[in-house]
Amino acid sequence: MSSTFDVAAIKAQFPLLQRELNGAPLVYLDSANTSQKPKAVIDAMSTFMEQHYAPINRSAYQLAAEATDEFEGARTKVRHFINARRDHEVVFTKNATESLNLVTHAWGRANLSQGDVVVLTEMEHHANIVPWHMLVQELGIVLRWVPLTSDGQLDLTDLAQTLDGAKAFSFTAMSNVLGTITPVQQLCRAAHDAGAIAIVDGCQYVPHNITDVQAWGADFLAFSSHKLCGPSGIGVLWGREELLDAMPPFLGGGNMIADVRFDGFTTAPLPAKFEAGTPPITEAVGLGAAIDFLNGIGMANIRQHEIDIARYAMTTLTERFGDDITLHGPSNVEVRGATFSFAFRDIHPHDLSQVLDQRNVCVRAGHHCAKPLMRLLGVHATARASFYLYNDTDDVDVLADALDGATDIFGF
Amino acid sequence: MPGLEDLYREIILDHHRNPRNRGELAPPASHAVGHNPLCGDEISVYLQVEDGIVTDVKVGGQGCSISQSSASMMSQAIKGKPVDEVRALVRRFKGLMSIPDEDGNPIEPDPDVKLGDLEALQGVVKFPVRIKCAILGWNTLLQALEQG
Repeated sequence: MSSTFDVAAIKAQFPLLQRELNGAPLVYLDSANTSQKPKAVIDAMSTFMEQHYAPINRSAYQLAAEATDEFEGARTKVRHFINARRDHEVVFTKNATESLNLVTHAWGRANLSQGDVVVLTEMEHHANIVPWHMLVQELGIVLRWVPLTSDGQLDLTDLAQTLDGAKAFSFTAMSNVLGTITPVQQLCRAAHDAGAIAIVDGCQYVPHNITDVQAWGADFLAFSSHKLCGPSGIGVLWGREELLDAMPPFLGGGNMIADVRFDGFTTAPLPAKFEAGTPPITEAVGLGAAIDFLNGIGMANIRQHEIDIARYAMTTLTERFGDDITLHGPSNVEVRGATFSFAFRDIHPHDLSQVLDQRNVCVRAGHHCAKPLMRLLGVHATARASFYLYNDTDDVDVLADALDGATDIFGF
Repeated sequence: MPGLEDLYREIILDHHRNPRNRGELAPPASHAVGHNPLCGDEISVYLQVEDGIVTDVKVGGQGCSISQSSASMMSQAIKGKPVDEVRALVRRFKGLMSIPDEDGNPIEPDPDVKLGDLEALQGVVKFPVRIKCAILGWNTLLQALEQG
């Protein structure tokens, strides 16, 4: 383990992780699903509601100005966190799913028509598949898919050919099932070489790594707050200013207008143009606090910790269970995060999850909102253990012990 | 927390390892597929109904031990039974799973309807998230009956 990374001190800042269930500590291994919240985020939201809560952007009194400053301050924090050029390129949404739907509805409807090609990868989750399928039905666009290699990375052999003539390439920066980290910069460049825009789904990547949309050369980035120690109910769509400016609005209503008459409306400038109605105000403050919290630890340190945990988990599980456990995704920790889908003997993932729950080990079982990928892997469901900055090697050991318990019940 | 022995009773594990009436039936047998969208479990029920009697039943699909064993036990319990008795059994089983009737009221157990081995699934109600696993095959059976 990295000596500068004090995981015990980090864990101590998460009240929920201090909770005991049935007399034993919780082992929370479901952060790819949603992450736990540090005291700093909980306090920031409480303080805001107790001291500063008010409408934003529409009232003249001092309290409203305070609330607006905090809300817009969170936007600035997001901008720096992903190294965007301007605050107003950061649009607050409900979550990453809404961010991707914003792109398909607003950019997609304005820029795509029958026969136009959009390229996705075979490791996308439903949020980056279904909105495009909806455009297939509505506009008659055509989807192409970048295939996977046998160890769960993108097979880029024919990438240029797949992208040829495409209008958009929308891909994940890290798979929620396989843990695979994709070569985002290379993929953005390939998209642009083909004349396509590059849309990055950062749900799994952004909470665990340094994000730099300018270094990537990306056009859009979608991610959620709740996976990066922030509250649920708020997400981000970052987009290049020129693209956002040229797009029609998504949802209509208050805040997104410059003027409304009986015979029409004009839109507000960015980012309000894409933020109709009262936004998640307290949640934005919480997201800002989560970013401060993560920055205080350092994204590079978090990434290194997860590389260490991933290596420890792979070694431990493989040494203890050999061929009885199948870990999906790359074995090289440099190209993966600490998210592991696995099969254990012939025990169905739901049964496995139930048995692990006896030891307070929280893992996800199911299709992980990635049914096409599940079919490709030849499985209907997997169990998934995902680690974050508050998980330590003890958590891996408890997981392994709990897997032994599953063996006892199902009689191998 | 309830013990796992309440959930994974030996007879359940036996049906999981050796599912009964596994397979398919050709038309005109009715066929329905049920999905559990949350977890991806899937059950196929093939039903041969002649003169109001379920003369044959086959079960296919994949999923956890609870969904598969429940469907397996169900197939044994309904084979050879008149359709109205099958419907009464579905109702009785839903009551066992604490599922309310159409009006939201608890289903009182009908003493004339015997559950037999299905009693073993009683422990599932202590694990509320697994009720949907146990009930999947039964809802699929109802769909297949509607088609027949």
